Amino acid sequence: MTEKSKPDKARLVQLFRSFISPEYVIEDAETQRPYECDGLSMYCEMPLIVVLPDTVEQVQRVLQICHQHSVPVVARGAGTGLCAGAMPHAEGVVLSLAKFNQIISIDPLARTARVQPGVRNLAITEAAAEHGLYYGPDPSSQIACTIGGNVAENSGGVHCLKYGLTVHNILSVEMLSVAGEKLSIGSQGLDSCGMDLMALITGSEGLLGIVTEVTVKLLPQPEKAQVVMAAFDSVQKAGDAVGGIISRGIIPGGLEMMDTHAIRAAEDFAKAGYPRGAEALLLCEVDGTAEEVQEHIAQVESLFAAFGATSIRSSQSEAERALLWKGRKSAFPAVGRISPDYYCMDGTIPRGQLAHVLTEMQRMSDEYQLRVANVFHAGDGNLHPLILFDANVPGEFEKTEEFGGRILELCVEVGGCITGEHGVGIEKIRQMPIQFNEQELLQFNAIKHAFDPAGTLNPGKGVPTLRHCQEYRALETRPMPASTSDTGAA
Amino acid sequence: MADMANLLQQQILSARADARKLNIIGGNSKAFMGRVASGEPLRVAGHSGIVSYQPVELVLTARAGTPLTELVAALDEQHQMLSFEPPGFGGGATIGGTLACNQSGPGRPWWSSVRDQVLGVRLLNGRGEHLRFGGQVMKNVAGYDVSRLQAGAMGSLGLITEVSLKVLPKPAVTRTLVFDVALQDAVALMNRRAAEPKPLSAACWLDNRLYLRLSGARAAVDATLSQWQGQHSGSPLSGSQGRLLEDDESFWAALRDQTLAFFEGEAPLWRFSIKSTAVNPDLPGNWLIDWGGAQRWYRGAASMAQMQQLAEAAGGQVSLFRGGDRQADVMHPQARALQLLQQRLKQSFDPDGVFNPGRLYSWM
Ligand SMILES: Cc1cc2nc3c(=O)[nH]c(=O)nc-3n(C[C@H](O)[C@H](O)[C@H](O)COP(=O)(O)OP(=O)(O)OC[C@H]3O[C@@H](n4cnc5c(N)ncnc54)[C@H](O)[C@@H]3O)c2cc1C
Repeated sequence: MTEKSKPDKARLVQLFRSFISPEYVIEDAETQRPYECDGLSMYCEMPLIVVLPDTVEQVQRVLQICHQHSVPVVARGAGTGLCAGAMPHAEGVVLSLAKFNQIISIDPLARTARVQPGVRNLAITEAAAEHGLYYGPDPSSQIACTIGGNVAENSGGVHCLKYGLTVHNILSVEMLSVAGEKLSIGSQGLDSCGMDLMALITGSEGLLGIVTEVTVKLLPQPEKAQVVMAAFDSVQKAGDAVGGIISRGIIPGGLEMMDTHAIRAAEDFAKAGYPRGAEALLLCEVDGTAEEVQEHIAQVESLFAAFGATSIRSSQSEAERALLWKGRKSAFPAVGRISPDYYCMDGTIPRGQLAHVLTEMQRMSDEYQLRVANVFHAGDGNLHPLILFDANVPGEFEKTEEFGGRILELCVEVGGCITGEHGVGIEKIRQMPIQFNEQELLQFNAIKHAFDPAGTLNPGKGVPTLRHCQEYRALETRPMPASTSDTGAA
Repeated sequence: MADMANLLQQQILSARADARKLNIIGGNSKAFMGRVASGEPLRVAGHSGIVSYQPVELVLTARAGTPLTELVAALDEQHQMLSFEPPGFGGGATIGGTLACNQSGPGRPWWSSVRDQVLGVRLLNGRGEHLRFGGQVMKNVAGYDVSRLQAGAMGSLGLITEVSLKVLPKPAVTRTLVFDVALQDAVALMNRRAAEPKPLSAACWLDNRLYLRLSGARAAVDATLSQWQGQHSGSPLSGSQGRLLEDDESFWAALRDQTLAFFEGEAPLWRFSIKSTAVNPDLPGNWLIDWGGAQRWYRGAASMAQMQQLAEAAGGQVSLFRGGDRQADVMHPQARALQLLQQRLKQSFDPDGVFNPGRLYSWM
């Protein structure tokens, strides 16, 4: 029989310190403070204990102890997440993977890298560069965010229209189950026999297991990349131009749109030479062989002209390309300068609905008396409305949240979804029932139960637990096969 | 061209009520795959037709019983394609079966697999609930990725009723170069070529010939052709001049559909999904290497235990794809912990084990 009574904090600290060096078992509020939230700082909670193990065996023992005592475990990478997915649990342990920051090996011929989960996204690309290779998914947070966090959120970036999301760019993970059992998922081949567990783990927000190693695919650096910037006097025209490029058979490396508020904020911040008067701006990057880029850039320029662009500029050097991207990549901090606070939303819509969605959003913006700036991964329909607000004005954050919730509802209404890349976490858990019905949510709960019957991995995040879920399971005709940790074998 | 979802749901509910088992059948083109089927046939082919297709959005949604040929015809008109090049297996293959068996063709390492391109599914689970996961947009991280989980599950988690896919524009130009190369050199060479930023879209080795396919903008393909054709003195290719393959489209189609002579006859067909650079398993006989080294086919009798060992040494897995003993397990043996996990997942979708009993694994 396992002991299920909860030990007190002091006892847990003592247990952890018997195998983790004492300074990496953090129990005091002051040292814990940096862990109270992730990138979505509106949601805060202080944990019971923070641990920073540095071997897989230590992680395993932490999990075993927590499992034995039913203590919640919240994994944490760099804490840049934008859905409060890494927000601590008041009675739980924050399991930081920050010390797992080693690139284990790079195989240039096979184009793969084996890395620990706490390795930063950009560090992989930097290490691969000497072999002419890079790691595809490039979230704007790539300087800081970790590959473990990327796997947990299935993160994307400006290049994912062409090169895919995290799920398309990883081969295998080493994982620990809630009970600390080792699981090897995937292989060095491109697929494995049977149901695709790699896909299930990717984007599972730390609810199904703790990732302790990732093998990623690397891509050859393109010979050449060039970006075209085009300004438009209406969002509709810019949206049509995006469709025009795709219809023409060109898949750009990146295809981003900004609206007038975002353009001005980014220009003031980055001085990239964006036309401040434009209603919409497109950045279209084409990459490939030198010949291909030349051919496609000419096509893109003439398409933009045909769709009524008011100005068109193509980068003529690497420096100019970097500058044009700088505005886009710093759009969030730039917007942060024109407002005391901003709230970043993350819906996806079918591209054809863009003009309608932006018009509706403007209507709501007037209604709530809150400004909205929009940056948009236009190629794949992923919208990032940034709602500007002031947290010091009583009630304004609540109003902002309500507005944000309605934007997500609108995304679902037009055939899209509530989150394209930031995840559900705590933040969007209330919107899950808009996208999924009760039976679908119950299926998610049943999947979670198959991995984590006691529900101690990142509880309260990702998937709402339905009140009568327990009763529902009781109706199952046969008992679930027990996990090895419960009974030793089944 | 009909929506039979309600009827299929009724069949599942009644089977569940009477404790009967069901054998899901789409186009019946992949009956040879997996272990021997048991259970009453549940026919999905009638549940067919394209539900929506928006070329500008690069998204297509079709009912699971829709034949691939119908999808390809619709895409052809818009100069688009199923980039994962699914095998037709005699023409009957459906999109539902293609996803369930995770079948992708020669372009897979460069143009993604069917699993990669799936955006959403509708699924009838073992409780007869008709559920929707994912969607019709490129990016969607709400909830677990149940859509892609179906790839390779061979219907063990439920009956897929509808599939939404990302489709891609066809490349402007395609050309294929052929070189005379021995097996060992071919593996190294494929990987070297794949590490170059060139428009490579398939790499296969068969009968001492290496086939490299280039696809993309005309200028890019032409430039790469002339670079690769002549440039290999001092490389394993010295002595072999690259030549252009006439009618290359039918070669790649025959590879995709497994109608090349290599695939004929009764000898068991093994599929290794391994590290692309792995030294070829030390097993004399007939080999075909595809996916730039990551998928290798072998013809001949062998024990699963022996093949498992070879596959693991090569960083991957093996399955007995066609022929041989199909009463025994034909998929790579799973570690104990993973086996239990998959049984629990199966239960979460299909608590009474209505669907495809024992088709994927003897223990499922
Ligand atoms: C300025 C800014 C820009 C951003 N831009 C993008 C963008 O372009 N695209 C994008 O997709 N995201 C973006 N993000 C969001 C964020 O960076 C990503 O979600 C990132 O993947 C989080 O990584 P992290 O290491 O910070 O994870 P954390 O925030 O620490 O954790 C995220 C989630 O992963 C879980 N987790 C972490 N490590 C593990 C592990 N080893 N095993 C299991 N679970 C684990 C946590 O429990 C949590 O649920 C941005 C964020 C910021 C602040």
